[in-house]
Amino acid sequence: MAKPNTNTELTRRSRIPTILHTIAALICLVGLAEATYLTVMSLTGETAVCGGSTSCFEVLGSKYAKIAGIPVAGLGAVAYFSAFSFATFAAFGYRRARLLFALTIGAMFLATLWFLFVQAFLLHAFCRYCLFSAAMIFLLAGVVVSQPATD
Amino acid sequence: MKRYLPFVIVAVVAAVAIGIGTTLYRAKRPQTLTIPKKQGSSTTESGEIHALGPADAKVTLEEFGDFQCPPCGRLSEPINQIQHDYSRQLRFIFRNFPLINHLHAREAACAAEAAGLQGRFWQMHDVLYREQAVWSNSADVRALFSAYAGYIGLNTERFKLDMESEKVKERVAADQKQGLSIGVKNTPTLFLNNKEIDPKNLNPTDLRAAIDGALKSSKPSS
Repeated sequence: MAKPNTNTELTRRSRIPTILHTIAALICLVGLAEATYLTVMSLTGETAVCGGSTSCFEVLGSKYAKIAGIPVAGLGAVAYFSAFSFATFAAFGYRRARLLFALTIGAMFLATLWFLFVQAFLLHAFCRYCLFSAAMIFLLAGVVVSQPATD
Repeated sequence: MKRYLPFVIVAVVAAVAIGIGTTLYRAKRPQTLTIPKKQGSSTTESGEIHALGPADAKVTLEEFGDFQCPPCGRLSEPINQIQHDYSRQLRFIFRNFPLINHLHAREAACAAEAAGLQGRFWQMHDVLYREQAVWSNSADVRALFSAYAGYIGLNTERFKLDMESEKVKERVAADQKQGLSIGVKNTPTLFLNNKEIDPKNLNPTDLRAAIDGALKSSKPSS
């Protein structure tokens, strides 16, 4: 049986962070698009249409949907854009960007847990947009966790 | 070139996100609506309007509301208080605008109109808003509406029949048609002397300031 080519194996391993960060950047783009849409909805007061869901209306119209007058969705858009930027730089081999990406996703993960708690126990209503965003964050957290502990 | 590529990608995404966000905002930004004078009359296609305050009041506040809409509910009591405080100078008109995404909004509007047929529209209006959180999540809203009807002293049998009547349904539809014809999309939409109030100003303080302003500006001509 032939020995595995060590160089090929190393090259493959070194590509894993690049591939994972590229996937993370694409997920961040999806999250950014959704957060931008929700920010515009919040700024124009168009919560009533809200995908035809009453629960969504209750969540996005609640006091928890704004922090100091700023729509949470707007903060989410900023966070997604930051995460996208760090993921992109990390995919191009910027080492410090990997750490910043992980920290940003960590903060977003904690915020997501808080908002899931708010929906489940304080508002007793779930917004489908928020759940979609939570799914994005969990995927991104998965990407961070699955990074090889390097180098 | 590869060295600059991430900067280019991030800059392009930032520009696209800001561009799309701005375009979307401009497209969805609420326009200031006005009620044409011919529609600002004291009647609707299907009968008398629901109004509090004198017909010759200097200021008219007109609401297109949905009984299941939480912001409408939060605004209801402050408007009642404002109407009480400005009673001689302010006329408040309520029009139904049940939104399709509110499961029981149309039934609630019919309940208010059915109460109106027994002369208790405003009592039902107040109860529906006050109890909004209760009936909004109820599986059997009609039973609750009948209970409210009994509570405000209506003949409940007649109320149930009226709720099903074409007259009541047409009345609700006429209000909604009127709102749609002037561009109402959301609730609450309020007009002060036929000019839409900026949704950002739909709070007790700003509403009072707007009414005071309208009263001041109406003084020279009176």
